[in-house]
Amino acid sequence: MSLFISLTLNGEARDVSIDDPRVTLLDLLRERLALPGTKKGCDRGQCGACTVLVNGQRANACLMLAAGLDGAEITTIEGLARGGDLHPVQAAFIEHDGFQCGYCTPGQIMSAVGLIAEGDAGSDPERIREGMSGNICRCGAYHGITLAVQEASRRMAAKEEGDAA
Amino acid sequence: MKHFDYVQPKTMDEALASWEPGAAWLGGGTNLVDLMKLGVAQPQRVIDLTRIPDLGEITFQQDGSVRIGAMVSNAALARHAGFAQHFPMVAEALLSGASGQLRNMATVAGNLMQRTRCAYFQEETAACNRRNPGAGCDARDSDEELRALLGASPACVATNPSDFCVPLAALEAQVEVRGVNGTRQIPFAEFHLLPGDHPERETGLEEGELIVALHLSAEAAGFAGHARYLKVRDRTSFAFATTAAAAALRMEDGIIVAGRLALGAVAARPWRVAEAEALLVGQAPDEALFARVAEAAMAGAEAPAHLEWKIDLARRTAARALAMAAAGTPAQMPALPASPFGQQNGDLAHV
Repeated sequence: MSLFISLTLNGEARDVSIDDPRVTLLDLLRERLALPGTKKGCDRGQCGACTVLVNGQRANACLMLAAGLDGAEITTIEGLARGGDLHPVQAAFIEHDGFQCGYCTPGQIMSAVGLIAEGDAGSDPERIREGMSGNICRCGAYHGITLAVQEASRRMAAKEEGDAA
Repeated sequence: MKHFDYVQPKTMDEALASWEPGAAWLGGGTNLVDLMKLGVAQPQRVIDLTRIPDLGEITFQQDGSVRIGAMVSNAALARHAGFAQHFPMVAEALLSGASGQLRNMATVAGNLMQRTRCAYFQEETAACNRRNPGAGCDARDSDEELRALLGASPACVATNPSDFCVPLAALEAQVEVRGVNGTRQIPFAEFHLLPGDHPERETGLEEGELIVALHLSAEAAGFAGHARYLKVRDRTSFAFATTAAAAALRMEDGIIVAGRLALGAVAARPWRVAEAEALLVGQAPDEALFARVAEAAMAGAEAPAHLEWKIDLARRTAARALAMAAAGTPAQMPALPASPFGQQNGDLAHV
């Protein structure tokens, strides 16, 4: 049985054929669509390494059946930068050493982009730590991650104000 | 993962007609897909309910009650301004559960249907009457901490892991369910079943029925001024409750005129004791009173010697939740929702 879905993947329309309903969004991205930036950690929704945006909201790709995503808009770490310009969250992670080994980083960054869009945390470090608790960093780069999210959140808010003015 | 047949009905009638014994309803998938990977759930057919119109609405009715569609996400409900204002402890409980990602995916109905987090239920090689009726219970004589203190049976000591369900029980929500024979409402207290001799029967749903919506009454919204959820867990965030309590009071001139208290993580369903709640009525808020109420709420609790601390912890959690409710619902959602380490009454409760 083949299932066909249409996705907007990092801004590009894609028609995808899925030969097995067991395929998760994570496996679809990594194994079939040549987008290995999204990482597989626990594969159980506990580590956050597979975080992507689905219709603008952060989600664990490992727990989503790809067959159910017809019409969805998916953004992965590969879709964040605009040409040579890094996304403000990517830039802030580099500036603040928000990583060591880097394996959790795509998930951390996608989760931070989602968190900032949710608008509940602002630049409050306690709310950022709470909001980022679905992303584990076994190197323990949490301090830098929190600083990076604070910085990106401030810059994005300032830019929004600037754009509105 | 075992193979399954996947269908995505576009109407409720189509969904109900898709049911066959051994099928599973799919909402956000955060629990079901995980259990399918573990081999604990092996549905022959997965019926995806996310494309059925109208299941994603939150509707306030003329009479002040609210109807919450089954496929509303946990995050959308917790962030809905009107909802959080009328039912703050429900929002607080939702935000204390899981992670930001999971709350975006997980649905209202899926939260009610989530399975126990007992390690022996999740481990395919362990004996578990809930997963495999008649197999026995390896959890009984284990050091499992997620263990029922109340309402357990020789067959099963599992707990219900939900945060959301604890305030729903306290506020006497109604569960609207639908099957081929029509629609009916199940009072929240009757939705989750105690294990008895049949722990494999977890809810009051009949074969082929599904949850359509949840209802909370205008009367339940009357507790909004003094309503808190408190959750004690191994980590500050993203952990299941070791003990939890939802406490709600209606106060007039400094006197409690009505009180609700439900305990989480201590039984196979949120635990409510009418006699304990009755002790609150007509009294002024007071630490000794709350300790007596908590004692009454935990009456009959049993634990093996190495878990006796959990009975005491559950009592203290209940008493503190009542004290927090008496102090008043905070104007803004705490940075750490439901946390004993969160900011309370303007002061940081931890170092």
